[in-house]
Amino acid sequence: MEMLRFATAGSVDDGKSTLIGRLLYDTKTIFQDQLEAVERASVQMGTEYTNLALLTDGLRAEREQGITIDVAYRYFSTPKRKFIIADTPGHTQYTRNMVTGASTADLAIVLIDARKGVLEQSRRHAFLASLLRIPHLVLAVNKMDLVDYDEGRFEEVKEEFRAFAMKLDIADLTFIPVSALHGDNVVTRSDNTPWYDGSPLLHHLEEVHIASDRNLIDPRFPVQYVIRPQSDEHHDYRGYAGSIAGGVMRPGDNVVVLPSGFGSTIKSIDTFDGPVEEAFAPMAVTVRLSDEIDISRGDMLCRPNNQSTSSQDIDAMVCWMSERSDLVAGSRLMIKHTTRSAKVIVKHLAYQLDINSLSRVEDATELKLNEIGRVTLRSQIPLFFDEYRRNRVTGSFVLIDEASGHTVGAGMILGESD
Amino acid sequence: MSSLAYDLPYLRQLEAESIHIFREVAAEFERPCLLFSGGKDSIVMLRLAEKAFWPARLPFPVMHVDTGHNFPEVLEFRDRRLAEAGARLVVASVQQAIDDGTVVEETGPRASRNRLQTRTLLDGISEHRFDALFGGARRDEEKARAKERVFSFRDEFGQWDPKNQRPELWNLYNGRLNQDEHIRVFPISNWTELDIWQYIKSEQIEIPSVYYAHEREVFERDGMLLSTSPFISLIEGETPFVESVRYRTVGDMSCTGAVESSAETIDAVIAEVSATRITERGATRADDRVSEAAMEDRKKEGYF
Repeated sequence: MEMLRFATAGSVDDGKSTLIGRLLYDTKTIFQDQLEAVERASVQMGTEYTNLALLTDGLRAEREQGITIDVAYRYFSTPKRKFIIADTPGHTQYTRNMVTGASTADLAIVLIDARKGVLEQSRRHAFLASLLRIPHLVLAVNKMDLVDYDEGRFEEVKEEFRAFAMKLDIADLTFIPVSALHGDNVVTRSDNTPWYDGSPLLHHLEEVHIASDRNLIDPRFPVQYVIRPQSDEHHDYRGYAGSIAGGVMRPGDNVVVLPSGFGSTIKSIDTFDGPVEEAFAPMAVTVRLSDEIDISRGDMLCRPNNQSTSSQDIDAMVCWMSERSDLVAGSRLMIKHTTRSAKVIVKHLAYQLDINSLSRVEDATELKLNEIGRVTLRSQIPLFFDEYRRNRVTGSFVLIDEASGHTVGAGMILGESD
Repeated sequence: MSSLAYDLPYLRQLEAESIHIFREVAAEFERPCLLFSGGKDSIVMLRLAEKAFWPARLPFPVMHVDTGHNFPEVLEFRDRRLAEAGARLVVASVQQAIDDGTVVEETGPRASRNRLQTRTLLDGISEHRFDALFGGARRDEEKARAKERVFSFRDEFGQWDPKNQRPELWNLYNGRLNQDEHIRVFPISNWTELDIWQYIKSEQIEIPSVYYAHEREVFERDGMLLSTSPFISLIEGETPFVESVRYRTVGDMSCTGAVESSAETIDAVIAEVSATRITERGATRADDRVSEAAMEDRKKEGYF
């Protein structure tokens, strides 16, 4: 059975909580005591109907203020797949939260109110999904019941969105007409939309092809931890533990170690359950090499003829996540990239991206909370990376404020800076 | 595993994610520690930790916050299993804290040592100067936990601030600490109760016998079946009776409820868990029933 991680974006007004509630309810994931707790809380808050948002808005402050503060993770499964939902709030801190939820997602669902069409918020969500390179995007055109299940209206919304999506890099785009409230095309096909010949949402989530989304071409193994048992039984054992970040690795493969540049051969790929004949992302394994080389955490194993870029100068798109400080040219920060950490200086802020118009603000001098821009970084030591578009693991990083320890930025690598 | 498709089945994906987290913490922290209660989640955690560092032993000790109200079966299991893993056990004892006068025991028939655990846990952390504690909490357990990070920070008072959590992206975990802070790490955040059971089955992991159906003398309180034991006194009107039960969670005997069950095998348990309409904490934990935000409030104070 496969696992699909998806992010949902939209606000309560778009019916997002209702949609998630519907998926959980119809797949029998909501438990009786949870439903009763939500019903009790709804009555107490004086709402007329059972407010399914209360299922996910678990923090006291969220309940008191009636807002969603943070990304919530929810789980359900069908006989075909296990699903992890990263439910991101539509209003408060939408960029930071959506970027967080989207970073691990295979698919994003963006909700649109059929009456209102493609609003600024929908465009933002679609843009962030493409920036984070979520391979599959579903546009759920919701509240179809309120437009009399009109095919013409669905087509209008579709065209409107397509025109906008042309500017984005979206590999797979699917449109589904739904009514979350009444359940049309959510779990089962609706009789109200005979003109729609696609799948209901859940069926699409179960069937969408995600196996080829991973990078199986470029072997990458960031060394995470060195295992040396120093026991009688495993006296000379020296293994490099880590998670495969790309490609397929097999015993016998020639490898090169970055940064030293030394070459060796994979002697074995070990796990607690025995050696394996091949390893691929996201497997967590322990690699042993034929030669004794000095290797430590933060080093990278690649193939001699297929190596990641090794450089101290990086161009990247950065989403700034701190309300306490801004990113400016000259900012000094810590970077965490694969298993490497280093000091970095922001050399240059090329532009800020207006995520509503997708236009570049060339004269921007800083990035504030929830702003996205293109920056050039200079790292104290070389990093071993790939373009984010080619590999989401070796192409991503976070920026950390050294004094507070907070995560203040998320970055997607465009390439080596000239 | 099909070598042609390069698809990792979902339990293997969850396992790989958890192993990655264990290794990341071992690499970046000075003094990590694994919390171990003898419950199924911590048993799965122990197995995942063994997998992360094999063939080496665990590069950190194991701590049991012992309320003194244990199921005897669980205590026996704990000692045997940890000896097998070659792990070093540290016990933080609530009874000791009561005897020392550090904490004051609640009185009355509904007395529970649940809240006292928090102080004992925090004292254990500072005594051993642990900077990272692995816990077996899952996001599907409870709604406050649904929003907690994998690396969850605690200030110098051991407290959690849900409104000030660090964003957590990709598989990059920021473990930077300031003086006297520590983190709680939850490697099985993305597992559900059913995943845990499926994993126990596929890995053939031994768990304490109380997880399977057995005859036990119980009584009903607040809609839950509690075991009679020296740790709990009956209130007027409560009559003990013998029932075939099993436990879905294993904690302090005085506040962990049993469920009626005839599931004597792992397959029967999985069938029951798949069919149940009540969450495990809802069914079996008196401590969560105090209020809507009972768990959040306890977590803020420094609870697991």
